[in-house]
Amino acid sequence: MKMKKVIATAMVGFMAMGMLAGCGGGGAKDDAATAIKVGGTGPLTGGAAIYGLAVQRGAEIAVEEVNALGGVQFEFKMEDDAHDAEKAVNAYNALKDWGMQISLGSVTSTPGTATAAENDNDRIFALTPSASATTVTEGHDNVFQMCFADPNQGSASAQYIADQQLATKVGVIYKNDDVYSSGIYETFATRANELGLNIVSTTTFTTDSQNDFTVQLQDAKNAGADLLFLPMYYDAASLILSQANDMGYAPKFFGVDGMDGILTMEGFNAELAEGVMLLTPFSADADDERTKAFVAKYQELHGEVPNQFAADAYDCIYALYQACENAGATADMTAEELNDLMMKEFTSMTFDGLTGTGATWTAEGQVNKAPKGMVIQNGVYVGM
Amino acid sequence: MEFLFNLISGISLGSIYAIIALGYTMVYGIAKMLNFAHGDVIMVGAYICFFATTRYGLNPLLGVLLSMVVCTMLGIIIERLAYKPLRQAPALAVLITAIGMSYFLQNSAQLLWSSSPKVFQSVVGKGSIKLFDGALSISFVTVVTILVCVIIMIALVTFVNKTRIGKSMRAVSEDKGAAQLMGINVNSTISLTFAIGSALAAIAGVLLCSAYPNLVPTTGAMPGIKAFTAAVFGGIGSIPGALIGGILLGIIEIFAKAYISTQLSDAIVFAVLIVVLLVKPTGLLGKKVSEKV
Repeated sequence: MKMKKVIATAMVGFMAMGMLAGCGGGGAKDDAATAIKVGGTGPLTGGAAIYGLAVQRGAEIAVEEVNALGGVQFEFKMEDDAHDAEKAVNAYNALKDWGMQISLGSVTSTPGTATAAENDNDRIFALTPSASATTVTEGHDNVFQMCFADPNQGSASAQYIADQQLATKVGVIYKNDDVYSSGIYETFATRANELGLNIVSTTTFTTDSQNDFTVQLQDAKNAGADLLFLPMYYDAASLILSQANDMGYAPKFFGVDGMDGILTMEGFNAELAEGVMLLTPFSADADDERTKAFVAKYQELHGEVPNQFAADAYDCIYALYQACENAGATADMTAEELNDLMMKEFTSMTFDGLTGTGATWTAEGQVNKAPKGMVIQNGVYVGM
Repeated sequence: MEFLFNLISGISLGSIYAIIALGYTMVYGIAKMLNFAHGDVIMVGAYICFFATTRYGLNPLLGVLLSMVVCTMLGIIIERLAYKPLRQAPALAVLITAIGMSYFLQNSAQLLWSSSPKVFQSVVGKGSIKLFDGALSISFVTVVTILVCVIIMIALVTFVNKTRIGKSMRAVSEDKGAAQLMGINVNSTISLTFAIGSALAAIAGVLLCSAYPNLVPTTGAMPGIKAFTAAVFGGIGSIPGALIGGILLGIIEIFAKAYISTQLSDAIVFAVLIVVLLVKPTGLLGKKVSEKV
């Protein structure tokens, strides 16, 4: 009886809060029509928080810079989705209540797939910095990506390995409970087949078994693989590098953009990554002025080197700025009006950012830009 | 040769599960509660040792001691704040609190130390024992982990069976009410159990990260669950059972990966667990306690 009372009181409380929040959102929209409201969801807590926080910080830096330039002004807000599809939709709805006019979609692919459907329904334009699965853009004409779609990474990697004749026998280890990793693997395998690359060993792991790789490495070693393709994030890759070293197995290692970040892991022995190759759109060690300024600013504010997620988010804001300026967008337009302008701009414009120059977008929302081949030498990325 | 290689990999992985399982099983055996936050105390232990040795250049041994002290205190505080007020509550309430505590620790660690992964420097030192002209190697971490496991196991069994406090622990485990009537301070006995369990967690954390050096706020979560499985497998509450269950689980996992499929390894591990529990519901070394009515 007492329990029921408590629950009832709590529910009344929540409802009251909901009403207040609703009012707050509506009111703010009328007051602050000077800036276009840009919102995004991403994991700010939980295991994937490193990506969400990077996006938030990268975008905040860009918003500050863009607003200082004059012209279109942005107001940016990020809501936590804890890398969970259901929470992402709630976070998206909270942003909608806040008055979001343009969306940065979601940071990671699984939530991104869920919010993309909402973006499509609500006709709110989305440019995701880093949700790279094809399911994010598929069937949604107003959802665009700043990062490479997974299949493009897989086929580009296979192409690169074949073109440069890096190996005759290739081994692959991928994470089969992760759409990013398995998506890249599938297109890699298809393209490798077409190009006559010989994949001699394919093994997998999951989040749950992400500590011991001896069996997978032994399999690749026994099959005589002289190049190991690792479509995964750097945390797992760092364990593979160290365990391969312990086993005395030294093939060439080839990673994808998730490998970026390995050198900045605190306590990581950079010697292990010596000679690791990867295709990545962004390198924090690049020596162009814009990258240098961004890296310096990020380090000053957050005490760490930005990864490609931060750079993708930074580029998203600049790309939106460019599109808004070109289209003459203003803050008092509705989300739907902006949506139509953005769709037109993004399918016609060319964008130069930190993560690639001369980027263009297909009508499906996938980006075309040239990935850079990088190799790690003496603890820094060097262009190949 | 490949068989031996896989066997050694299995034992290495299993010894890590075993050392975590010891803490789980000891707390369960005496306090009769599943401390799901155990895996996260392990993570805290690893972080403390990481900061002591890598950031501040402390001697590894001192780092381990420091992390044991911190974890013991943490264990006592958690017990006092989260579990003790629920001593009379149903077991389910305590279980949910433990899960909540687990998330609380993970998120606090993330706030304090950020979510970016850190690479733990092995306290044992890199290197391995080479056999058959280097065709096989057993890393020092594995050797040390197994040794430490056995030492802890013997020490715990002796402590529980031979000392006065151990006796009161056994009494509390059998019947809290009766133990209280016999003049045993049930509360402090359970608190002590938690303190010991948390100190063991610190050692487990350091060894876990020495073997698999990725340190993130969720580092302890999955090994914690696997170790819990190992403890059930070996017979929860049984200290030697935790050791055997842990090592067997590691070997089964690696063999399933090597000889059947890397995709299905977890499914196979848990299928084996289900079969064992069907045949022997109390686990490999679990004792069947008949309830007297």
